[in-house]
Amino acid sequence: MDFDFDVLRRAWPYMLQGFWFTLKLTAIAAVGGAILGTVLAMARLSHFKVLSNVVGAYVNAVRSIPLLLVIFWFYFLVPYIAAWLTGSKTPVEISPLTSCIITFVMFEACYFCEIMRAGIQSIPPGQTAAGRALGMGYWTLMGQIVIPQAFRNMLPIMLSQTIVLFQDVSLVSVLSIKDFFGAADFVAKRDGRPHEMYLAVAVVYLISCIALSRLVRRLNKRIAIIR
Amino acid sequence: MYNWNWAILWSPSPDGSTPFYATLLIGLGWTLIVGLSAWIVALSVGSVVGIARTFKSGILASLASGYVEVMRSIPLIVQMFLWFYVAPDLLPDRWANEIKAWDRYNVVAAILCLGLFTSARIAEQLRAGIQSIPTGQSYAARALGMVEAQTYRIVLIPVAVRRVLPALTNEFVNIIKNSSVAFTIAVVELMASTRAMQETTFQVFEAFTASTIIYLTVNLIVVKGMTALERRLEVPGYSRPSR
Repeated sequence: MDFDFDVLRRAWPYMLQGFWFTLKLTAIAAVGGAILGTVLAMARLSHFKVLSNVVGAYVNAVRSIPLLLVIFWFYFLVPYIAAWLTGSKTPVEISPLTSCIITFVMFEACYFCEIMRAGIQSIPPGQTAAGRALGMGYWTLMGQIVIPQAFRNMLPIMLSQTIVLFQDVSLVSVLSIKDFFGAADFVAKRDGRPHEMYLAVAVVYLISCIALSRLVRRLNKRIAIIR
Repeated sequence: MYNWNWAILWSPSPDGSTPFYATLLIGLGWTLIVGLSAWIVALSVGSVVGIARTFKSGILASLASGYVEVMRSIPLIVQMFLWFYVAPDLLPDRWANEIKAWDRYNVVAAILCLGLFTSARIAEQLRAGIQSIPTGQSYAARALGMVEAQTYRIVLIPVAVRRVLPALTNEFVNIIKNSSVAFTIAVVELMASTRAMQETTFQVFEAFTASTIIYLTVNLIVVKGMTALERRLEVPGYSRPSR
């Protein structure tokens, strides 16, 4: 097998753009997913049975089907939902980036929901009772006491989930979107150099993920000391 | 504005006389073939690597930890492409050409890729399971005159396996879900047949709904089956605290 590393020199500005896209999507989906996931977790634990059942069904369904199927679902569904929301007669055209963001926030929220649910349940009920005794309402209680602690307890798990997300973003390439892998795949097929491109992608992912997990491990140690 | 047409599932698909629902079920068949074969690869490799991960030091321990780190740091789709496009060329030319000419190589690549990808996760679960057993037990085994291999086989593994069963259920569900990535290297499993149905009929949501239901059903069966297995293997008085 012959290697032509010149293809990497030619392709790297393009791949850099893809890498930037991957980072952006990861960051937005992680933050959006954490926020929406927290809301979903509160809904799941709520006393309104209908609300908690509907959210539970959604979260479990999304978590039991492949991410690829979730990506396709949202890719085709979002234009119809947008049309329904805006009252338009025809499906609204959505840019690939927006579609990816919605998909990954909705998908990641399900995983963060389960993490936050465990986090909320890990707070001793005595604290909630104490808050109630002080006359706090639901939102004050959640916002001031339960959620901040739950969030901090679950931060290590959420960060490792984010590394998984960073890798999962590569699946958007099936929609011909140029994320890091999508960009490399495009060049690999255009220039007929799959070996160099796929190996390069693997090496970059390997280095970034190992670096990220080291970072998470160090961060966890610091949080552990504060606690 | 979207025209629902559930009858599409019973109308014949273009590739022969089979109706679309049968196309999906054939896809499910390939999903199960890939998933179950990969599961066997994952369990066997994962057990070996997981045991090696519990060694205190030595070349095997470092190899195992490097293996796990590599497998967990590269996205599945990238690994899939490496197995399919790059791996055959690592072999001598004659073999490489034969493999590339073989039209079922994509299935083999998918099984190997998915199996090894999952093996790293199983290895980590097994390591955690073994390390959760109090060290007093292996000391006791030593004191009874067992060698290291016997300690693992008779004392540690039987308990560790029972402890990691719930985590294994999760990995089993994941392997079925992850087998959908094989569609990117043209394995005609459930995801691929769903896409084929969607592209030929434009009945997007019927196709997706049907395949979602199939995936949900398979997951339910896996979870029920594994729970039954857990109960069968349970050692009275030596299980996880009951909920």
